Amino acid sequence: MTLTPQRHILMVFPHPDDEAFSSAGLIRLYRNMGVPVTYACLTLGEMGRNLGNPPFATRESLPEIRRKELLKACEAMGIEDLRMMGFRDKTVEFEDDEKMVKLVQDLIDEVNPSLIITFYPNYSVHPDHEATARAVVEAVRRMPKEKRPVVYGVAFANNTVAEIGEPDVVIDISSVKEDKLKTLLAHNSQTAWMIEENNKRVDEGQPMSDSWFHYEKFYTITFDEE
Amino acid sequence: MKEVDVQELQKLIDSFAKKDVYIHLETTNGSYATHFNEQFFNASAFIRNAKIRYEHGKVIDDNPHRIGLKLENGWVYAQGITHYEVDEQGRLLMAGLNQEGKLAIALEISETPFA
Repeated sequence: MTLTPQRHILMVFPHPDDEAFSSAGLIRLYRNMGVPVTYACLTLGEMGRNLGNPPFATRESLPEIRRKELLKACEAMGIEDLRMMGFRDKTVEFEDDEKMVKLVQDLIDEVNPSLIITFYPNYSVHPDHEATARAVVEAVRRMPKEKRPVVYGVAFANNTVAEIGEPDVVIDISSVKEDKLKTLLAHNSQTAWMIEENNKRVDEGQPMSDSWFHYEKFYTITFDEE
Repeated sequence: MKEVDVQELQKLIDSFAKKDVYIHLETTNGSYATHFNEQFFNASAFIRNAKIRYEHGKVIDDNPHRIGLKLENGWVYAQGITHYEVDEQGRLLMAGLNQEGKLAIALEISETPFA
């Protein structure tokens, strides 16, 4: 698929690295075209479990590490407008729902995006992902139909394809795969295990599925009209 | 953090006894546990900045270690602690890391609230 022209892209994800796995390639392609991107990252992934053995971090030092990783990842994607929203990992679903919708509304009002990238409700596995997706979808649903930006949802629950079919947006990102790899590596505290797994697989003759570095796939979220 | 030295950790636990302290207690299997294994029953608990005062605390010399804090009217305990440190803010940070270095439990004690 070819990229549709965009005025401004708003990404809303709860954890540093969510964007790297799902959409770093797409973002890099748009940045190469000069499209402005705002990334609202709700938490600093404070509750990440990967501390290493021997440990490289503590529960208390992890957020600062992940803040630096996030900045580095944004550099790799070419994102100049990063917003760290100050929520705490694993608590997003317990926040006041209206407050979360308002937060997204305010971002939309400010940056006037033509495309929003977030998770797809009910198919994004982690409670923080689901809460983020619900807030974004609700904020856009409340907008007049003609003013709504397009919303791409990232879905990876085990039952996704069985229930909602294949993603309708498939972007070939092979021309920027080095940048995507760089973005993933920037989130070292979360992705080191993955790289290690891959090295193991290479040793066993089955390298990491190349698809991560070939395609990024999204579902265009539709809104029921009342 | 370093691996538990029972004697040293016991002294550190003693040093916070009979004071008002803030605790962070967390157990977790990770939010993806059920995604990777649908049979997995995922349960966890998280409490941050609860203020307690313990009469005494004890670290048990099994590996991984159990830590129990006796309160005036109750208990706090953590099972599975492998590592600890006193950080630059003087807080006692204890954690249980599995073979892959993933945190399974944390118990932290501080005289000031955690950020």
